[in-house]
Amino acid sequence: MKKLRGNPVISSLLMVSPLATVLLIFLVLPIALIVIVSFWRATEFSIIPAFEFDNYAFLFGSPVTYTVFFNTFKYALITWACTLVIGFTVAYYLAFHIRTLTWQIALFLLCTIPFWTSNIIRMISWIPFLGRNGIANSTLKSWGVIDEPIEWLLFSDFAVILAFVHLYTLFMVVPIFNTMMRIDKSLIEAARDAGANGAQILWNVIIPLTKPGIMIGTIFVVTLVMGDFITVRFMSGSQSANVGRLISNDIALLQYPSASATAIVLLLTVLITIAILLRFVDIRKEL
Amino acid sequence: MTKFTSRNGLSRRTLLKGAASTAIAAGSTTLGAPMVWAQNIKDVTLRQFGTGVSNLNDVADKVKEDLGFTLEMTALDTDSVTQRAATQPNSFDIADIEYFICKKVWAAGNLQAMDTSKIDNYDKIAGTFRSGLLTPESTIAQGTAPHTVGFTSGANGTDFVQEESGWMTLIPTIYNADTLGIRPDLIGRPISNWSELLNPEFKGKASILDISSIGIMDMAMVVESMGEYTYPDKGNMTKEEIDLTIGIFTEAKKNGQFRAFWKSFDESVNLMASGEVVIQSMWSPAITAVKSQGIPCVYQPLEEGYRSWGGGLGISAALSGIELDAAYEYINWYLSGWVGGYLMRQGYYSAVPETSKAFMSEDEWGFWYEGKAATGDILSPTGDKLAGAGEVRDGGAFLERMGSVVCWNSVMDENQYMVRKWNEFIAA
Repeated sequence: MKKLRGNPVISSLLMVSPLATVLLIFLVLPIALIVIVSFWRATEFSIIPAFEFDNYAFLFGSPVTYTVFFNTFKYALITWACTLVIGFTVAYYLAFHIRTLTWQIALFLLCTIPFWTSNIIRMISWIPFLGRNGIANSTLKSWGVIDEPIEWLLFSDFAVILAFVHLYTLFMVVPIFNTMMRIDKSLIEAARDAGANGAQILWNVIIPLTKPGIMIGTIFVVTLVMGDFITVRFMSGSQSANVGRLISNDIALLQYPSASATAIVLLLTVLITIAILLRFVDIRKEL
Repeated sequence: MTKFTSRNGLSRRTLLKGAASTAIAAGSTTLGAPMVWAQNIKDVTLRQFGTGVSNLNDVADKVKEDLGFTLEMTALDTDSVTQRAATQPNSFDIADIEYFICKKVWAAGNLQAMDTSKIDNYDKIAGTFRSGLLTPESTIAQGTAPHTVGFTSGANGTDFVQEESGWMTLIPTIYNADTLGIRPDLIGRPISNWSELLNPEFKGKASILDISSIGIMDMAMVVESMGEYTYPDKGNMTKEEIDLTIGIFTEAKKNGQFRAFWKSFDESVNLMASGEVVIQSMWSPAITAVKSQGIPCVYQPLEEGYRSWGGGLGISAALSGIELDAAYEYINWYLSGWVGGYLMRQGYYSAVPETSKAFMSEDEWGFWYEGKAATGDILSPTGDKLAGAGEVRDGGAFLERMGSVVCWNSVMDENQYMVRKWNEFIAA
């Protein structure tokens, strides 16, 4: 026993084994299952084990797939840009303009209040606001800004992205705020002493130092948006689609193998995207 | 004859004693059984699932009151219902499903055939569900007509038979003729054709339902009405016909004809009530729900006729013993009129109209079934006013409405292809 405990290889293996087991059962196994099912054949009411590439052939053979993937990236990119600008600004204000820690924490908690209700409720509450006869349109009308209600406010890509930005900005605020709080204030003083103006400090000192936070926020937002389906369904009035909706439609129509194939392609796409992102910043080194 | 001899140690007296006690024992089992059963049935819980249209808590409450056992209701959208019936046989006892869903899932063997001899009101079930004929002169509409998937060959049948075999796949409960719903106040002119759904006049104000088996039929009605194509059988399209139909709608979608698509009943209500949409595929109680908010809404009868559907109750293959008895008792109760009356007041038709009549007032029966003008206020089952004296039901009498049915919700031979194309239409 003593000998066993003394052996560094065995003891480290034992230490990682609980986590490895959990990951194996709850991550690797399900994904392996999805991969296997993606090669199966489906009929109306049953799925038949097989090994064929029909699902992938149909997926890559349909022009709709490419539009849908393009849409998914479009949503991800625009949402990312908006959440980055808003998230960075909020975090910057909290980290550098609020002086006392108490207020910083209080205001930070304020940002999280919307998260006390469910995701779906926050999203659906936009619908009566943006509708043809909704609050936004009737207010604009009463101010005389418009004569006819603006149609594209609801059930459009605008509505989808608005909801995404609303839902996911906090995922950008938190990691950026976290890295900003760890920036040594004397660096900023030194930059100022050396004659840098505000913009130069922001560009040459703060942004490079908050890169890991930005990157973590980016990974959060991009993966959340790329995997979402319910926001797209509700806010576009089922009119637009991203890959998530393609999968959920397939599942609803009992086409599990086809859904699995799409899921695998989506998974690979997201992994590649993240791999590319990680080329820019070495999160591990910067943390 | 038994001989009484003392040789084998039996006296007449002891034998009598024995016989008496056996008789008592036997008596207590036969007489006692219903009592024991009545006690047990209170512990029975039946899990029913189906679409929101007929999964009503009022029904569960009434079951508890009348039959004593508990009915748990789960309401899902049509696709989820199909999914559950096909893939999770242990998650339900009673499936409240449509006939086209039955066509999809029956072969999976998750439902058991029902013995019609145990159904008290079998003879009173409407002809549509038995022979397929509404009246002896009727012709059968295109699509998956209920009687074509309503019977199976025997207790363990997995096929469909075309005659009344004594074994039903579903016990029919409900049916109706569907058409487009419109907001007359926002349209301001008469609507009389299905083709109006794609009329550019309603650009950005139209909607269609995102349930493939039903939506494709609405599409076919529109395509025929536009004069683009006449289908040999709308209920069973070829791949080319599917491409053509969905192609026309994809083009309309790209031109911005649709405001939204809806998948669940309440979405259609919200779209209509908020004025986002002025013309769309709709279901009868959704019209009722819009009207009960005081917003004008018409279930517009159209020249080309109606798209129809029927639903019924199926029993899970896993049910046996006392639960199975309870399920039969529930179904018999379902057909005995109270539920039928309730559904009729929502604008549906009960599959056993005769028994429902007893649970409706003369005025209600006249309004909903016979197409007569109301003599007083017509209330929904929840007490909201739907029509006042003098008003007539959209589309008129039962025979007029169901007589104008031209197709049923369907499952086609090319269903899988259609489903993929549908998915593309939604994603386009």
